[in-house]
Amino acid sequence: MARKQKRSWGATLTIIPFWVLILGAYVGTMIWTVFISMTSSKMLPNSTFVGFDQYRRLFATDRWNIAVHNIIIYGALLMMLCLVIGFLMAVMLDSRIRAEDTVRTIVLYPYAMSFIVTGLIWQWMMNPTVGLEKAMHDFGWTSFSFDWLVTSDKAIYALVIAGVWQASGLITALMLAGLRGIDQDIWKASRVDGIPTWRVYFSIVLPMMRPTIVTAVVLMSLSVIKAYDLVVALTGGGPGLSTDVPAKFIMDFFFERANIGLATAACSVLLAFVLVFFTPWFYFEYFREKKGNR
Amino acid sequence: MTSVVATQTHARGPRPNRLTPGRAGIYAFVVVSCLFFLMPLYIMVVTSFKTQDEIRMSQIFALPRDFTVQPWIEAWSSACTGVSCDGLKIGFLNSVTITVPAVILSILAGAILGYSLSLWRTKGSNLLFGLLLAGAFLPYQIFIYPLVRVYAYVSLYGTLFNIITVHVIFGLPVMTLLFRNYFASVPIELFKAARVDGAGFWRIFISIMLPLSTPMVIVAVILQVTGIWNDFLLGTVFAGQTNWPMTVQLNNIVNTTQGTRAYNVDMAATILTAAVPLTIYFLSGRWFVRGIAAGAVKG
Repeated sequence: MARKQKRSWGATLTIIPFWVLILGAYVGTMIWTVFISMTSSKMLPNSTFVGFDQYRRLFATDRWNIAVHNIIIYGALLMMLCLVIGFLMAVMLDSRIRAEDTVRTIVLYPYAMSFIVTGLIWQWMMNPTVGLEKAMHDFGWTSFSFDWLVTSDKAIYALVIAGVWQASGLITALMLAGLRGIDQDIWKASRVDGIPTWRVYFSIVLPMMRPTIVTAVVLMSLSVIKAYDLVVALTGGGPGLSTDVPAKFIMDFFFERANIGLATAACSVLLAFVLVFFTPWFYFEYFREKKGNR
Repeated sequence: MTSVVATQTHARGPRPNRLTPGRAGIYAFVVVSCLFFLMPLYIMVVTSFKTQDEIRMSQIFALPRDFTVQPWIEAWSSACTGVSCDGLKIGFLNSVTITVPAVILSILAGAILGYSLSLWRTKGSNLLFGLLLAGAFLPYQIFIYPLVRVYAYVSLYGTLFNIITVHVIFGLPVMTLLFRNYFASVPIELFKAARVDGAGFWRIFISIMLPLSTPMVIVAVILQVTGIWNDFLLGTVFAGQTNWPMTVQLNNIVNTTQGTRAYNVDMAATILTAAVPLTIYFLSGRWFVRGIAAGAVKG
């Protein structure tokens, strides 16, 4: 070990309030949520233990199943599109185009805006009576139809468009950082061998960027699970339940329908999902360096 | 032959200005993408300067014919949120009163905890860090309901104190991550020398580490101001109606209006809400990218 720290009262006394805060605000609340989900709580929490009844009820609730179905479609499409656009954009930016900084600024600015703003902008653009559809009709393209927002089997794709617009800049930035981090000798070697540039990108560089891609996928899937603001602003979950998502389901059952038991059961499902799928990644990402180097 | 090889060692240098089909394809892709990203902003801006009649008549790409700033004035001072008709200015002030203390406190807390975790040895600091990380990645919904109950129990639910402390709590993981990694990269000799000279925990933090961490503080400010300003979920749940931040007010103005919707006012209101993070973004440039890279990926 490079450093030998000394114990100090200052350090111990400082860290105690943080322990209290973290144990209370994160761990305590989490346990409480899971506990409520095992009780028969309805409007107010009670402590009548009912085992997994709430979970049985949850999985038998159509609205929940629709929400889960929606989030899978949304997440899969969002990630695929963002990865493709992000990678292509990064390659373009890396190929010494003019005005690279300007392009980069343009691509990333939506990421600085809130999901509420993003949702409202796209609600306006995709509104069939005033938005893009009308604009195309006015241009003379009368068969143009873009009514996804008000069509229940297409509304989820409208959500994807808004999501991609907001997030692909971040993925571009990540990919660009990944590209620039790759050993430049690869390029010299491949040029000596006469391999065309596009092949180098797809057969050599892309596989080498696996850590970047994994990071991008993890980040996006975490934000997909949290997706709430965008849905509220863009579609409000509708038409019908066609864009309902788990996070919105939970909020509605907590605060509007006052069904605490069902809402906490849904929370616990999300919790279990995140823990099962992301703990290995956390561990790998943040604690692995302890063992090997230095 | 040698000269060719010599130039090829710098193969990634500026290319000749010749426009090959490949280059044309690259530029076409870049231009189309930029249009996709810019189109909504353009439409928002032009719409916000149009009169209500013109919105009904003309199409969204057209420039305003009768240029008016009336929608902006209305959005700021008289648009209706469903509860009252005082415009966004109240939401703006609320967002400022929430953001300023929350940013300062969360950065301070993150810096102190990051400093303790990176340079001092206390029992179980790895466990603490692990718990904190989990907090950064789990959906807020898991913590929200018990927190509501706790704040309600001490009669602080729906107050300014409530929303500010909640932002500090949920900002702590990323802030700590940021500062922990930054302090871990500070040369350890500096720390040792200060120890030899008899400086204690707080003395080293205030006199050495805090002044050193200016770049990290800038990144943290950018990250936190943008994040807290853009927050919607925590604001709706914890701020209480009188303290609702701008995002919540904006959503109410746009999504709860009855009757004909004033799209020009809506767009002006939307731009006003996005103005603060956008200004930060355009002014900070590379710092913003550094911030999201540091906060989101590696910490």
